[in-house]
Amino acid sequence: MSVVEEVSVAGAQARVLEGVVVRFAGDSGDGMQLTGNNFTEATAIYGNDLATFPDFPAEIRAPAGATFGVSAFQIYFGSDDVTTAGDAVDVLVAMNPAALITNLKDLVEGGLIVVDADAFTDKNMQRAGYKANPLEDGSLDAYRLLSIDISKRVLDTVKPFGLSHKFGLRCKNMWTLGLTMWLFDRSRDAAIAGLRKKFAKMPDIAEANVAAINAGHAFGETTELHAGIEMYKVPRAQVSPGLYRNITGSEALAYGLLAGGQLAELPIVFASYPITPASSLLHTLSGQKHFEVVTFQAEDEIAAVCAAIGASFAGSLGITSSSGPGISLKAEAISLACAVELPLVIVNTQRGGPSTGLPTKTEQSDLFQAIYGRHADTPLPVIASSTCSDCFEVAIEAVRLATKYRTPVIVLSDGYLANASEPWQLPDFNDYEGFPVVHATEVEGFSPANRDPDTLARVWAKPGTPGLEHRIGGIERDAVTGDISYDAENHQKMTLMRQAKIDGIARDIPLQSVDQGNTTGKLAVVGWGSTYGVIHQAVKRARQSNMDVSHVHIRYMWPMPANLGELLKGFDQVLIPEMNTGQLIDILRAEYAIDAKGVSKVSGQPFKIREIEAAIKSQMESK
Amino acid sequence: MNAPLTMKDYETDQEVRWCPGCGDYAILKTLHKFMPTLGLPRENSVFISGIGCSSRFPYYMNTYGFHTIHGRAPSLATGVKLANPELDVWVVTGDGDGLSIGGNHMLHVLRRNVDLQILLFNNEIYGLTKGQYSPTSKVGTRSPSTPDGSVDRPLDPCSFALGAGAQFVARSIDTEMKHLTEMLGRSHSHKGASFLEILQNCPVYNDGIFEQVKNKKTAADSRLVLQHGEPMLFGKELDKGIRLNTSLLQLEVVTLGEDGITLADILVHNESNKVLAQMLAGMHGPDFPEPVGVIFCADVSGYIEDVYAQRIKVREARPPADMNALLRSGHTWQVD
Ligand code: SF4
Repeated sequence: MSVVEEVSVAGAQARVLEGVVVRFAGDSGDGMQLTGNNFTEATAIYGNDLATFPDFPAEIRAPAGATFGVSAFQIYFGSDDVTTAGDAVDVLVAMNPAALITNLKDLVEGGLIVVDADAFTDKNMQRAGYKANPLEDGSLDAYRLLSIDISKRVLDTVKPFGLSHKFGLRCKNMWTLGLTMWLFDRSRDAAIAGLRKKFAKMPDIAEANVAAINAGHAFGETTELHAGIEMYKVPRAQVSPGLYRNITGSEALAYGLLAGGQLAELPIVFASYPITPASSLLHTLSGQKHFEVVTFQAEDEIAAVCAAIGASFAGSLGITSSSGPGISLKAEAISLACAVELPLVIVNTQRGGPSTGLPTKTEQSDLFQAIYGRHADTPLPVIASSTCSDCFEVAIEAVRLATKYRTPVIVLSDGYLANASEPWQLPDFNDYEGFPVVHATEVEGFSPANRDPDTLARVWAKPGTPGLEHRIGGIERDAVTGDISYDAENHQKMTLMRQAKIDGIARDIPLQSVDQGNTTGKLAVVGWGSTYGVIHQAVKRARQSNMDVSHVHIRYMWPMPANLGELLKGFDQVLIPEMNTGQLIDILRAEYAIDAKGVSKVSGQPFKIREIEAAIKSQMESK
Repeated sequence: MNAPLTMKDYETDQEVRWCPGCGDYAILKTLHKFMPTLGLPRENSVFISGIGCSSRFPYYMNTYGFHTIHGRAPSLATGVKLANPELDVWVVTGDGDGLSIGGNHMLHVLRRNVDLQILLFNNEIYGLTKGQYSPTSKVGTRSPSTPDGSVDRPLDPCSFALGAGAQFVARSIDTEMKHLTEMLGRSHSHKGASFLEILQNCPVYNDGIFEQVKNKKTAADSRLVLQHGEPMLFGKELDKGIRLNTSLLQLEVVTLGEDGITLADILVHNESNKVLAQMLAGMHGPDFPEPVGVIFCADVSGYIEDVYAQRIKVREARPPADMNALLRSGHTWQVD
């Protein structure tokens, strides 16, 4: 947080900042995600650039006050090019001792802490592991503390609405939201309208929450806050003109799949099985029945992918989604789709692993699995989305490749992208070029083994088409007739054919571009997936301090862009930050004999800008 | 193709590769004869199978066909029907494919009542993998993996299907063309998932396990042919019958004319009675005759039908799909 100047807003003192990070933290039942989303919306309306990062525990409702049940929502907003949810926290709103103790380490020195003093009971403090009351023992002296008896004030505020003690206390988050809105000069209108809509059937609850927001806001306005606590002003960002909305990666992906279906002029069958953090795709798509999409919650991961393949056989586009462990279960069926050469899109929203691992946390450790993780020789395209809104484009591209080449395509997203949000300048869908699929109808010369001479895509003849009755299956197929064949030479030929088809996709994708910096030079920082935002900022800062650093971000993980090897060879050194132990390094080494150095982070948390910046510095200094 | 289709139209040019004498040949022939009688366009039929001897079936049916992976045919078939409800979709599976590795899918496809005909060839053995015992093998079955006899108890396919919530459950025999044809017809005309167990002889690895039921000499006494609304009589002279022992709440075999038993004592088959169906499905030799025919049939709506009906309802209540409108849903703001 860099203070630009001190100004006066509405008569109160205010600091002007370029950017600020606010984190709301509380019990998983405290409504922190809702608070964060409301604040985000108000911030977007205000005109800041922003990025958010919700961070919630695996437990749905952990026991009140437990440290493992703390749920947090972080937003970074500013006046310039925001691409991450921020490294360090400037303002921490902690609803109880557990939230304070687990989040304090991320707060900058001098940062502001807002706490509900009423929640600092002996029991809660003991449960969080505090021996003495941190609000009183001086342990928070390095920060600015705003300790307010929020619970009591909320109960007073909502008394006229006749809510029980329990329901009254639930309005705490809205009171806190009101206060935070005041701190940053945000409008309460959208949040209030949202509450009235959400609780339209329970007007007492709606009005109690509205009163709580207003009371929190009024508290800021009217109370003499002690020295050092004042309003903040974060000027509007210079963003390109247009219509915007806030979007999470998971929404953008869902919309992208629907868009892809429209561009391919194909109905979609989306078959999935619930798994964190991938389920939101199923939720979103099942609410879009007016589109050409049928959703199917299968009995397991295997049934989900198989139903998707069945749908593709029938002429629709089958799509399935999961996270790493579920993709493992789908692997055999994905190989079947490779063998019979039917389109299929598989979305992997990666999470911390192995096994159940860290289901609500993020990681990029399924890259090997995506590229290599099947039996036999089964190459398939793998593409990765880099930002929330990029998920839209990547989903469309996955549909294009799957339908054009009649192959399964894996889309890699991750828990961070799925849940994080960013403002999205809305594209006009009419600007997208269609790629309509044509199913075979011509009886003359038909064989299920026919292929397009350019793309090598196998013919797609759907049941219901007269005269094209045929059988396909997992047993190797004769290259000419499509009949089952155990012939040795045929198998060699077919294996190479399937490989050549996927390799050929490299000719149909854009060449690798450089995101920032020169196309040759001292150091290329190479990333893929959700590390885009942090690498972007770190490279920007390094370049501002005159380092010869470039940022290359890969979308096409397999096959890789035709010029990638040459491009990387133009740099003296290559640095690869990854949320795994170095998978892309191995792949680049295997493909291009390039020696790269890695920065690995597998804590379930996204990289911080300074971590990458430090790695860039030490790499630049090492030679 | 306007002339009525014949058996030949459903045969393929593929060499059939089952062992000589395999019960699958008889089933295939019956299907070849049966399909044209439906009067459906051939291109609308789809045969989907998993892995195993029975799963080679689609290669020999000149319709659309998909030989998939072990145990997953019901899931593939569900996807086909979700994509195109107009198709006439058949699943061909076996006791290992459908009840062991694919047991979960079988359970759910029946529970959901997906409109499919499921033909389960039960030969109580793994044929393709060379003779290991299967989940329907009787206790004591000697096989390469159970040289001293299997010790785990088998499951009964029809009882499983009923337990899973199947709305149509029937049993037939590979070589009984007439009965099998009738059962195929009933399976086909049923909306929702039809589960047809076909007792199939594997002469190579499990020869003769159904001999008692199949053999002309013994069949009359060991087979109970179920007919809706008819008393459950069997035996050469049709003098034996099934009675419900109400004090023990179980079925028993009685003989007409003995101990004062008359026709009035004999249970009358009622396809829509689930409790009766469960008792019949679990009724096996040697003390009881093996029931064949429609064990249970109820008329409820199918999953695919309901999915599409719900979609129509939703569409009536919403404006037509518009991608730009979807992207602009929720809160938007203009930056000038
Ligand atoms: S192994 Fe048995 S079931 Fe399989 S084809 Fe041979 S006889 Fe038929």
